[in-house]
Amino acid sequence: MDVAQLKRQLIAFTELLYREGFLDEQFNQLQQLQDENNPNFVAEVVTLFFEDAERILNELANNLDQQSVDFKKVDAHVHQLKGSSSSIGAQRIQRVCIIFRTVCNEKNVEGCLKCLQQLKHEYALMKSKLETLFNLEQQILAAGGPPSI
Amino acid sequence: MGVDAESQFHVLAVDDSIIDRKLIERLLKTSSYQVTTVDSGSKALEFLGLLEDEQSGSDSPSVSSHAHQVVEVNLIITDYCMPGMTGYDLLKRVKESSSLRNIPVVIMSSENVPSRINRCLEEGAEEFFLKPVRLSDVHRLKPHIMKTKVKEKKRGEGQEEEREKCPEGEVQSIGKQQQPEHQSSNKRKSMEEGLSPDRTRLRYSDVAAVV
Repeated sequence: MDVAQLKRQLIAFTELLYREGFLDEQFNQLQQLQDENNPNFVAEVVTLFFEDAERILNELANNLDQQSVDFKKVDAHVHQLKGSSSSIGAQRIQRVCIIFRTVCNEKNVEGCLKCLQQLKHEYALMKSKLETLFNLEQQILAAGGPPSI
Repeated sequence: MGVDAESQFHVLAVDDSIIDRKLIERLLKTSSYQVTTVDSGSKALEFLGLLEDEQSGSDSPSVSSHAHQVVEVNLIITDYCMPGMTGYDLLKRVKESSSLRNIPVVIMSSENVPSRINRCLEEGAEEFFLKPVRLSDVHRLKPHIMKTKVKEKKRGEGQEEEREKCPEGEVQSIGKQQQPEHQSSNKRKSMEEGLSPDRTRLRYSDVAAVV
C-alpha cells in the first residue's frame, strides 16, 4: 500500500471515529500538541489513559462485588475515569461515566453493574480503534519515512 | 524584558491524575514555561518550602520558610478535586503564607460549579479553568505572571529595608496584593463587586504608603 492510500485511510478512519463519538475535539487538541520534538505525545497520553482506565475498571468490579457497596468509592473512581476520558477526548466513555454517577447516586447496585458492563464494552471498543489508528500512523511513517508536510 | 522571557518562568502544576499532569505539562512547555508537576497539595507545599507545621504567615516568621524555598515558582496551577488536600485548601495555604501569597494561583476543575468557582476567586485565585484545559487557557496565564514579575523587579532590593520599617514587624503587611488590579481583567470572575474591600486592598495601600 502506498503512502497516499494509507493517508486517505487514516483520514477516513479518524473522521469515522469523530462521527461515531469515539473521539471529540479534545483529541484534536492533543494532536496539536504533538510535534517533531514530542512525536509520541498522543500515544503516550493514550497509553497512560489505557493503564489508568484498566486499573479503575478493576477497582470498580471489586467495589461492586462487595456485600455492602461503598458508593462513595465507586463514585470517586467513576469521577476519575470521567476526568481522564474527557482529557483525551474519549467521548463515549465519558458519557457512560456521567450516567454511572447518577445511578451511583441513587445507590442502585444493579444499575451500577450495568454501567460497569457498558464501560468495559466502550473501553474495549475505544482501545481497539485507537490501536488501529496508531497502527495506521506507524505504517505511514514506515512507508513514507519522516512525515511530510 | 526579552521576547523569550517566558522560558524563565516556572510553573508548578498540581494534579492527582497522571493523564492531566502529562497534559498540563505539555501545554505549559509548549508555551515555553519551565514546569514541575506534583500529584498532591502536600507535595506542592513541600516543593514550595512550606513545612507541615507552619501556621499562617502571621504566626511564624518567614525566615525559616525562605531558607527552604530554593526554587522560585511564578505560578501555581492546581486541580480542585484531589484526595486529601483539595486545590482550594492549597490555595488557602498559599494565600495565608507570608512568603508565598504573592504567587498567582489558578484552579482547574472538570466541574462547572458556580459556588465553587466563586469561592476560589474570593480566596484569591486568579483564574478558574474548566477541564480539559486548552492552549487558549494557558495563554491567559502570562498576564498574571508578568504582574508579579514587574512588581518584584520594582521592589526587589527594597524588600529587606521595608521589613525593618514596618512598625508592627509583621511581614504580612508588606505582602504583595494583586487582586485589586486583576479584578477588571478577569473575565471568569463573577463577583467583582462582592469582594470585601477590607480584605486585601487595605494592605496594598499600606504598602504603597510605606514605599
